[in-house]
Amino acid sequence: MSKIEMRAVYAEELKKLMQKDQNVVVIDADLAKANGTWALRNDFPDRAIDVGVAEQNMMGIAAGLASYGFKPYINSFAPFSTRRICDQITLSGCYAKQNVKIIGSDPGISAELNGGTHMGLEDIGVIRSIPDIVIFEPVDTIQFRKAMPVIYDYDGVVYIRMFRKIIEDVFTEDYEFDLFKADKIKDGKDVSIFASGIMVQESIRALEILKNEGVDAELINIHTIKPIDKDAILQSVAKTKCAVTCENHNIIGGLFSAVSEVLIQNAPTPVLPIGINDTFGEVGKMPYLKNLYKLNAQDIVNKCLEVIKLK
Amino acid sequence: MDLTDTCKNIREDTVRCIASIGVGHIGGCLSMVEILATLYFKEMNIDPNNPKMEGRDRLIVSKGHAGPAVYATLANRGYFSKDLLLTLNQSGTALPSHCDMNRTVGIDMTTGSLGQGFSCAVGAALGSKIKKDGAYVYAIIGDGESQEGQIWEAAMFAASKKLNNLIAFTDYNGMQIDGMTEDVNGLEPLADKWKGFGWNTYEVDGHDLDQLATAIKNAKAQDKPTMIIAKTIKGKGVSFVEEKGFANHNMPFKEEDLAKAIKEIRG
Repeated sequence: MSKIEMRAVYAEELKKLMQKDQNVVVIDADLAKANGTWALRNDFPDRAIDVGVAEQNMMGIAAGLASYGFKPYINSFAPFSTRRICDQITLSGCYAKQNVKIIGSDPGISAELNGGTHMGLEDIGVIRSIPDIVIFEPVDTIQFRKAMPVIYDYDGVVYIRMFRKIIEDVFTEDYEFDLFKADKIKDGKDVSIFASGIMVQESIRALEILKNEGVDAELINIHTIKPIDKDAILQSVAKTKCAVTCENHNIIGGLFSAVSEVLIQNAPTPVLPIGINDTFGEVGKMPYLKNLYKLNAQDIVNKCLEVIKLK
Repeated sequence: MDLTDTCKNIREDTVRCIASIGVGHIGGCLSMVEILATLYFKEMNIDPNNPKMEGRDRLIVSKGHAGPAVYATLANRGYFSKDLLLTLNQSGTALPSHCDMNRTVGIDMTTGSLGQGFSCAVGAALGSKIKKDGAYVYAIIGDGESQEGQIWEAAMFAASKKLNNLIAFTDYNGMQIDGMTEDVNGLEPLADKWKGFGWNTYEVDGHDLDQLATAIKNAKAQDKPTMIIAKTIKGKGVSFVEEKGFANHNMPFKEEDLAKAIKEIRG
């Protein structure tokens, strides 16, 4: 278990970038404390901006700053930094080719006690249909720390779907990050599990149960959902001939859709989803919500056993 | 050249531009010609030979559908050849209906989804303050566009941060696509709204070059952002366009209309 929260890693890495590059600015919309960016305003009073509760304007100001040569990082909870400002991201950001990084925190069920209104279960679907955007969902603090400088170097709009708090480590310090290449976490031959975000940790637990069931599953972390690593998906199913996707998101528009789009066009393969089955979120702690939406390791196991029969 | 003559040239080239494709947002183009002429030929620190010059003044036309008037102004100012104006909206053109900074030399921001450009202008003005480059950022918004909530989010922030390098215009022609602005979703009292949001505000005749110049001069002496509410006539300068009223927002304008329009403009 990491001892540091994801948002703290974000703030530490952002601080390094702001120290290195006078053009990096951070923009909050009245959630600076929640997103870990609060202290940056002490270090960089000119470049840590709070626009108040006005997310549309936050994206517009970011685009205007980017047109002036700045590299803005804008922050809010996942539904408000995507769904709420979809048109601003699309036009002022992507269409206008402005270099803005967008952080959406507390994705999906990790919004917990903020409940259904704050539970972004469609953000990937909304954002994925916009051209020229990268969608990145870090899986742990080790990966996120390595990703921040790489994302900084990428000249274009990136949406970072950031779990905020303490999360179990998946990687070790020798991990090498590539923004556009998925991570193979375990080799296997019977079924491919493609997972993202918090569902990677859940899938790792599923691997143990599957092993006891005599199933040799392959686990791949899809940290970049757009553009998705087609080669990793196709190479895996060439071996396993079936797949399960695991996501903390509606199964419409998210990882299941993205993986299915790759498979159906290149190597039609049975694929079944673990994810939220087209319903809204609701208030609750993560264990309750995982049970409610069938996001537990045993659910992944059951889905793997089911899809293997479809081969 | 006299600025009045420049306005005539911009108007003529705007109607030529729109006539080349036979349809366009002619009303809201012709209503803001004097604002464009004042900015590009009198006020703005720019260099057509170095359109990305550091520290230059910028104009963000948030009512992005007025692209043809901006293109006519840029062509007259020497950013590109007037021949290009006749490619408006043609396949693969560098001059799309709505302003696009990645396609057209001299355009400072991509606009077209109303309200967004104004936020971008606020961002650019903030950028200039951070860089301390002394630049001015100008913005033109539509009156109908002022019904967008994002305009007022941006207004509040610009005043809060005392962005006195931001000078904005409302092209107040009183019309929008579905009717008279006051009938569709009234803006009045508009000047009071801007004052209430913490802006310095002037109301001028948007076709009076002296009034525009005076307002800009006074705006530059302020310690807060300025909104210049420019009372204008939608379709100004071409009687048969003006007479269409709010139907002139986006209307057919054919080659055969051109000679009559130019005669009136030159009048």
